[in-house]
Amino acid sequence: MGADNFQYHDYYLVDELLTEEHKQIREMVRAWVKKEVSPIVEEACQKAEFPRQWIKGLAEIGAFGPYIPQEYGGAGLDQISYGIIMQELERGDSGLRSTASVQSSLVMYPIYTFGSEEQKRKYLPRLAKGEIIGCFGLTEPDYGSNPAGMITRFTDKGDHVVLNGAKMWISNAPIADIAVVWAKDDHGEIRGLIVERGMEGFTTPETHGKWSLRASATGELVFDNVKVPKENIFPNIKGLKGPLSCLNSARYGIAWGAIGAALDCYDSALRYSKERIQFGKPIAAFQLTQKKLAEMITEITKAQVLTWRLGVLKNENRATPAQISMAKRNNVHMALTIAREARQIHGGMGITGEYPIMRHMMNLESVITYEGTHDIHLLITGLDITGINAFS
Amino acid sequence: MLYLHSFEIMKILVPISNVPDTTSKISFTDNDTRFNGQGITWIVNPYDEWYALVRALELKESGKADKVTIIHVGLSDSEPTIRKGLALGADDAVRINAESSDSLYVAYQIADYAKNNSYELILTGKESIQYNGSAVGSMIAALLDYPFLSQASFLDLNGTTLTLHVETEGGIKVVEGQAPAVVSCAKGMAEQRIPNMRGIMAARTKPLQTLDPKPFRQNVKVRNFGLNPGRSECKLFTEDQLDKLVEALHKEAKVI
Repeated sequence: MGADNFQYHDYYLVDELLTEEHKQIREMVRAWVKKEVSPIVEEACQKAEFPRQWIKGLAEIGAFGPYIPQEYGGAGLDQISYGIIMQELERGDSGLRSTASVQSSLVMYPIYTFGSEEQKRKYLPRLAKGEIIGCFGLTEPDYGSNPAGMITRFTDKGDHVVLNGAKMWISNAPIADIAVVWAKDDHGEIRGLIVERGMEGFTTPETHGKWSLRASATGELVFDNVKVPKENIFPNIKGLKGPLSCLNSARYGIAWGAIGAALDCYDSALRYSKERIQFGKPIAAFQLTQKKLAEMITEITKAQVLTWRLGVLKNENRATPAQISMAKRNNVHMALTIAREARQIHGGMGITGEYPIMRHMMNLESVITYEGTHDIHLLITGLDITGINAFS
Repeated sequence: MLYLHSFEIMKILVPISNVPDTTSKISFTDNDTRFNGQGITWIVNPYDEWYALVRALELKESGKADKVTIIHVGLSDSEPTIRKGLALGADDAVRINAESSDSLYVAYQIADYAKNNSYELILTGKESIQYNGSAVGSMIAALLDYPFLSQASFLDLNGTTLTLHVETEGGIKVVEGQAPAVVSCAKGMAEQRIPNMRGIMAARTKPLQTLDPKPFRQNVKVRNFGLNPGRSECKLFTEDQLDKLVEALHKEAKVI
């Protein structure tokens, strides 16, 4: 990729709604992404490799569990700070943001929220420092949008349980040291447990051949009679509410993250269109290009205001799952549309690795599908406003 | 005897300027008498931050200095920028509560603080990127009667002995000096450092002292600002249009 000349765009002066610390955190993450991510992300994607050196950097900039209290190794920041970190990471690459989202919202959040004091002390500080990496097992080959039907289950064997089943499309699985796994107990109730790498019968085969999120490691979790000590089960949660509350936190981060990808595409398209000369003038001088650019910044601005408001509600513990669904759905679709339009503005150059556009575009095809598909989020809004479930 | 304390403890003072980010759109208000700060991101002047402050921190981390203090002459709206410096690792900061575009006034305030608080080494950026004056460092040195070592691209410290590299046209000059001194820092002295989350959180509670300015005359102020007219359009001639090129240079550009 060429030099990272990204400049931020804040058409409605939303920055005035942020604290100085928010802006300081944003600058820190952006500086780190420009220095450590942009120079190598293109090659990492081409080779489909997750650059492991990013883990230490992510820990130092506080991207692992920013809202987890300091006593457990987190930074104790608010939800807007978390969102801002996700935005800046996804400005670099959605796969990078996925790694941080999973560690924070799908691993640290459930351990902090549902874990025993021993579990919190044992895992959270090491996860925050990036000494260990976690992943989250909910989706199964036959149960994606319908997680309640999951087959993975464990049976009580006295001092331990025996876990059997398989999880699919798991970000970080191949590099993970621990997995937060959701499985049914002998009574058919969904419980969460922490499975550690090295437990006999636990394997994490990597998913190859992805055309999206190539700088992030994806895999399966396979449990073949895995003995898990009972102290690894979350004591404080039963039912689908557990995993869904984790997804709420992750989806909130994605709503912010998508703005980052959109901004990167818009910024690149704006600069390119002012430099690229056709018919004796910059292509930015043509009405059809201006229409694309004007619509992009309009949609980005709407998303920035929507997401800031959602952040305030989240800080006050008032954001509903349906509100989070609306933001995730709107923002990811907005980003994907902008990536496609920006690809056109870049002409043939837009398909090369010289510009970040095609990479963002392909990444966003995953982002619009994972953590609740575009359609499922629409039905969540539908259910919320009509009171009628249209899922099944 | 005068600087006996300097052998016991080496304190570095780093004056910083609060400047608009390099990508800012520049415009003015109030009949072109004030810079328009709307929507502007303010940063620590890169020469002050990347070279002076980071090198000061490196000297402290390697045990060659004991303390790094940031000083800034400006109003309270520059405090976020000062906090950025603290997030990078400075121990404490001082803000002299005054607004001034008079370099001598600024230098006087910094020199006065340095003298009263026994700072033996003052590291400045070689210039600020908003006014590009390159004046304050040398003025501080003159006011304190310290040597001024200008535009160093390398600095090491052994006790009170300073070793510096100064890049010259096509070469390098190695200079040795003694603290107390003022050094202005140029590219190459240190690598840009990105603050980490721990630094940002620690900066919340680091001491940032506000002091009133000492009375001193202000003889210079900015009357008004203006923008460069910008580059005019480029005209291209082919090889066989030599006569037209000469004519254009003579009649239009009026350079021959």
